[in-house]
Amino acid sequence: MLSTYRYPKFEYRPAPEQLAGRTQRHPVVIVGAGPVGLAAAIDLAQSGQPVVLLDDDDTVSVGSRGVCYAKRTLEILDRLGLGEPCVTKGVSWNVGRTFFREEEVYNFNLRPQEGHKRPGMVNLQQYYLEEFEITRARQLPALDIRFRNKVVSVAQDGDKVILQVETPDGIYALEADWLVAADGARSGIRRMLHLDVEGKIFKDRFLIADVVMKADYPPERWFWFDPPFHRNQSVLLHHQADNVWRIDFQLGWDADPEEEKKPENVIPRIKAMLGDEREFELEWVSVYTFQCRRMHSFRHDRVLFVGDAAHQVSPFGARGANSGIQDTDNLCWKLKLVIDGQAPATLLDSYSDERVFAADENLMNSTRSTDFITPKTKTSLTFRNAVLELARDNPFARALVNSGRLSVPTFLTGSVLNTPDSADFAGDMIPGAPMDDAPMHEDGSDFWLLDRVGNGFMALVHVADPARLDGETAARFRALAAAPIPVEVVLVAPVAGPAPAGLRVFVDRAGRYAERYDSQTGTTYLLRPDQHVAARWRNFDAAALQAALARATCNC
Amino acid sequence: MPLTLQPNFHEAGTRYFRPFSPGDDFYEALIETHRDLSDEQSDLVNAKLILLLANHIGDLAVLREAMRLARARL
Ligand SMILES: Cc1cc2nc3c(=O)[nH]c(=O)nc-3n(C[C@H](O)[C@H](O)[C@H](O)COP(=O)(O)OP(=O)(O)OC[C@H]3O[C@@H](n4cnc5c(N)ncnc54)[C@H](O)[C@@H]3O)c2cc1C
Repeated sequence: MLSTYRYPKFEYRPAPEQLAGRTQRHPVVIVGAGPVGLAAAIDLAQSGQPVVLLDDDDTVSVGSRGVCYAKRTLEILDRLGLGEPCVTKGVSWNVGRTFFREEEVYNFNLRPQEGHKRPGMVNLQQYYLEEFEITRARQLPALDIRFRNKVVSVAQDGDKVILQVETPDGIYALEADWLVAADGARSGIRRMLHLDVEGKIFKDRFLIADVVMKADYPPERWFWFDPPFHRNQSVLLHHQADNVWRIDFQLGWDADPEEEKKPENVIPRIKAMLGDEREFELEWVSVYTFQCRRMHSFRHDRVLFVGDAAHQVSPFGARGANSGIQDTDNLCWKLKLVIDGQAPATLLDSYSDERVFAADENLMNSTRSTDFITPKTKTSLTFRNAVLELARDNPFARALVNSGRLSVPTFLTGSVLNTPDSADFAGDMIPGAPMDDAPMHEDGSDFWLLDRVGNGFMALVHVADPARLDGETAARFRALAAAPIPVEVVLVAPVAGPAPAGLRVFVDRAGRYAERYDSQTGTTYLLRPDQHVAARWRNFDAAALQAALARATCNC
Repeated sequence: MPLTLQPNFHEAGTRYFRPFSPGDDFYEALIETHRDLSDEQSDLVNAKLILLLANHIGDLAVLREAMRLARARL
């Protein structure tokens, strides 16, 4: 099919229910092994939670889909043990250039600041991401993946969800305490539960061509408004793995998708862009229209919606899979606490609230980009072109050029899980913030902060000298790690030094932590398992920390 | 004060975490102002908008500079 990639075929095996001839009850069933369902399954299973993952297919994503995975997603993939293969195989980039007609009018750098582990973005074909996820998933004994298992009916029944699943050996029933619906934009779970998804379709069509070619363009995102080779429309170019290049041509609403997809129509467009002498091969061609929409709520009793099933955005901004993986980052620790009886089910409402808030930000940004790229009226077109003309010489206009605002995490400022500040802090690490990375040092080796926080609650306590921490305080810190919901206290210090037994020390070797977190001696941060700030204080106070922990887990 | 050409959009009480957000908020409001208008109506709205803003700025030196820049490179 593709010249650069062979689709794996995953083996179907009859389910234990079919072999035993009776229904079983599972704590968590996930429907859909796309990038989002797989991330959820890995996250839960690596915390020891048994999970069943059902997918109707037996391979990875087919055709041209996700390309760009953002820094925050890579940090989550790192936590899932997947960051390295994705970054190694993919093409890392930070710079995007925007051209208007013949000239460059604007460029951006996604990582203006040094001292972060991951780049702003990695380009990687979606099938590689899914393949790496499946490889990782198969290392986890708690995870039972069932290919060619299609959910054909779903019903909520009091304290459980009942599914009918169709396989090559017929239909069997399955029961779940919790169902995670990761079954994509056309979610059958959503439809079968009669739930609505609201939004709009953009009246435009895009030709998406994946092309194999050798080219030594720098690893950057290039976007053209009204280029000479594709007049009055936009074009986007991305470098992916294996010398595959993604080219998006805006076609307009009146284009005929079937005609446009034909090689005899696609090839001249590409030649006009690349020049006649450049050799290339077509890998995959499709024509898309895009939608922006979301469900009203992502939790419906025992069914939790994630990824495209819950929300869909236009791809200018690469906010689809990126936001879906961030959904699972938000959901999994909450679900685990609820299953373990450590938090009430209302904690899952905060999943919906926080991720609906994030989805609205993603929808707003991708809608604004789409409106800028494809103006709907003569007046919007005039404004758009005026911005582009002014952008060459004027910084204010450059800031208005919107060729896609690329996926960045949402600051969950309004969340009920946050404990509001009681002291003044500078910077952005407010309660609800996704954590900034920083270069650190521990026990003789350098590491990145985000590689050693998360999965459970942690408190970072800033001390001037770890060796001078008194025994009583140390004992109090250690006790927190033994509580029903453990909080691991880690000392952050400007210098290394022997800490009291049982406590770790992160050395802020470049001073970036102190700077980014406005941290001084005494400053204490309570961090969520998903690497978001829950609360912070100027001094450690055990009672305040307990209260914040209770608040962050809906235990108050 | 000379004509400001650096990004300058902001709104009291709003905290921005991304540099593009204030400008995008403005641009969306601008396009929204023209929703459902005919081209002639939009032209009139634009003219009124310029007059309102010009009076708000007041300083003719600044306005002349803006008018000059707007006409340049046509
Ligand atoms: C042209 C294009 C470019 C894009 N670019 C980007 C990008 O650069 N970055 C980005 O982040 N996103 C991008 N996206 C979006 C991205 O592809 C999606 O957001 C992502 O695939 C959503 O993942 P998902 O797991 O929620 O759903 P899906 O990938 O749709 O996976 C759903 C899975 O559920 C399975 N399934 C469905 N129904 C059932 C059932 N009844 N029973 C069992 N299994 C079922 C399906 O087989 C499938 O495996 C792009 C999309 C397109 C079309």
